[in-house]
Amino acid sequence: MTPLVAAGVNDSFLVLILASAVLYGTPLLFAALGELLTERSGVLNLGVEGMMLVGAVMGFWAVQSLDAGGSGSLAAALVVAAVAGALMALIHAFLVITLRANQIVSGLALTIFAGAAGLSSYLGDDLDLAGEPAKHSFSSIDVLGLGDLPVVGPIVFDQSALVYLSWLCVLVIGVYLARTRPGLDLRAVGESPATADAMGIGVTLHRYLHTLAGGALAGVGGACFSLQITPQWVNGLTGGAGWIAVALVIFAFWRPDLCLVGAYLFGAFSALPLLLQARGWLTEVPAEVFNSLPYVMTIVVLVAVSSGAAKRRLGAPAALGVPYVREER
Amino acid sequence: MRFERRLDQPRWLMVAVPVGSIVVAFGLMAVVLLVTGHSPIATYRRLFDAAFFANGALTSTLVFCTPIVFTGLAAAAAFRMQLYNIGGEGQFYFGAIAGVGIALYLGDHGVQSTPVFVVAMVAAGMLAGAAWGAIPGILRAFFKTNEIITSLMLNYVAGLLLTYLIIDSKSYWRDLESFEGQTFPLGKSISEEAQWPSWSLGSVLVPLGFGLAIVVAIVLWFAYSRTRFGFELQVIGDSQQTARFAGMRLRRKILAVMCISGGIAGIGGASYEGDFAYQIDPTGLQSSFFGYTGIVVAALARFNPIAVVPIGFLLGGLQNAGFTLQGADFPSGLVGVMQGLILFCALGAEVLVRYRLRFGRRAVRADRAAEATS
Repeated sequence: MTPLVAAGVNDSFLVLILASAVLYGTPLLFAALGELLTERSGVLNLGVEGMMLVGAVMGFWAVQSLDAGGSGSLAAALVVAAVAGALMALIHAFLVITLRANQIVSGLALTIFAGAAGLSSYLGDDLDLAGEPAKHSFSSIDVLGLGDLPVVGPIVFDQSALVYLSWLCVLVIGVYLARTRPGLDLRAVGESPATADAMGIGVTLHRYLHTLAGGALAGVGGACFSLQITPQWVNGLTGGAGWIAVALVIFAFWRPDLCLVGAYLFGAFSALPLLLQARGWLTEVPAEVFNSLPYVMTIVVLVAVSSGAAKRRLGAPAALGVPYVREER
Repeated sequence: MRFERRLDQPRWLMVAVPVGSIVVAFGLMAVVLLVTGHSPIATYRRLFDAAFFANGALTSTLVFCTPIVFTGLAAAAAFRMQLYNIGGEGQFYFGAIAGVGIALYLGDHGVQSTPVFVVAMVAAGMLAGAAWGAIPGILRAFFKTNEIITSLMLNYVAGLLLTYLIIDSKSYWRDLESFEGQTFPLGKSISEEAQWPSWSLGSVLVPLGFGLAIVVAIVLWFAYSRTRFGFELQVIGDSQQTARFAGMRLRRKILAVMCISGGIAGIGGASYEGDFAYQIDPTGLQSSFFGYTGIVVAALARFNPIAVVPIGFLLGGLQNAGFTLQGADFPSGLVGVMQGLILFCALGAEVLVRYRLRFGRRAVRADRAAEATS
């Protein structure tokens, strides 16, 4: 049997960039899915960047200090990162749901509290994590032995467990929102909390749980950086990914499947400078031009989405950012 | 427990709430310190000593808090109108770049008078900051694009520009002549005449920038609370619909406020260079987080420009101490954690300003009374 592999196809620039788009898009996907759940309940959490960084530092700490073998400690690290992210989200949830604080300011406060100048830096410094590579990190696993297939092999079949986990999340959240009772209740809470309350749905409980779930996913997204992409602890290693994730939810019209597409688009923008550098292409253009691409493109896409056809913020939960007070409805 | 909306907000609460939240935040921070194995009392003593009481501490705190007062004023100017400009960081960088640029240019062309330098740097910094702030302003005014995300993304772009100017190119801002500059990427220093003067008050040196910040705070307070312009901003902030029906020009106001906010942050950048840094230092600028601290200051001051000055002084002092003490037994990020906690407490305490809390039996009785009357 002749080998199916067309030599060289899988080393072509296009295949490489798509494969790295998946790699770099995965943290964005986790964080955006988390923010989507939070926003669907009517809570806006701008603290994603901070929650990601705390998830990244705590996940990294878990891998360095737990001794449970490769996959065991990686799995434990994801749990630790998720719990750390959820704890951060709990602060925001308490302030905006129970105490009815301004959601925008509280989210900003969370990013300042937990972010590159705050708790994540404090923990990284205090636990003395910087400077060493991760003891274990996520690497690509060729699940079905199809990793050598031309084109689709490296992009789809030769990715890490994190990538497969993120696909599972997209599927589960998609089904949850469209086909399950709690998911439909969640949408009701985000669209019209007063109606949901009248139907006997616990508005406060839904908002708390989904804000926490959002924090947990952001924490896992942060761990993608410290356990796969970098893989070590560098202060502020997310570099604004949390904010891009917040923007992604808007581009994706609050739909999980579109989050996937958007995340990989922005993953490609993040991967592009590194690949160009590796190939030695376009060296006459300053590296900063390519490095600023994810940020500039976020603005461009956001402008495109907010004007023109999608002007009405298609899919935005009607009660997003509005506190629900039963006595004052 | 029950929340009851207050019909009028007592004045004493306006002072008690911020003071109380700072006290509670210090308490919470003590818990964080204990959990991570540090002694809270010793840490606080060192922190306050390095910020306010040690020899020369007040002088360096004043230098350090000046940029924070500016970015705080910038945030207050925008947030008051519900325009969440969190691009103060990038607008600050632009002010610094333009301020140093004009100072280098004038220096190369033989200008030697300090007042000329000061005026030129302030003007250039203000214009550059306003221009960078105008981008999210235009996008918000004409395309209804969320200014929070756009202004934040532009911070990263501005940060990359700093790196480009000093590390990755042979720009006008880079020192290519001195020995240090040839071995390590370094910003070109502005001439000695371009360095801003300071006043001495006893043993404390007050930098010119701090005085300027106070002037800006007073002007901003006047413009926002005593002019027609400020009144219209207040109306727009409270209800865009009302403002539109009253014939106010929303787009113009949004753009104006973003430019004012960016301009103030830009003056901050120029004053940071004139008072203290004298050259573009990409890592120094980016690791200080002046723009983000400004947001904390503005929120604590409840967006009141006059209150920004003392609160900026306090937080600037803590940040100054954080940098002085940073080391093995004083983790970096401690001051950021503390600022976050103070802000959380202030946000939580806001509920006490807006609502009255009733507990236990009295709440039940109040409930029954309400039922009986309805």
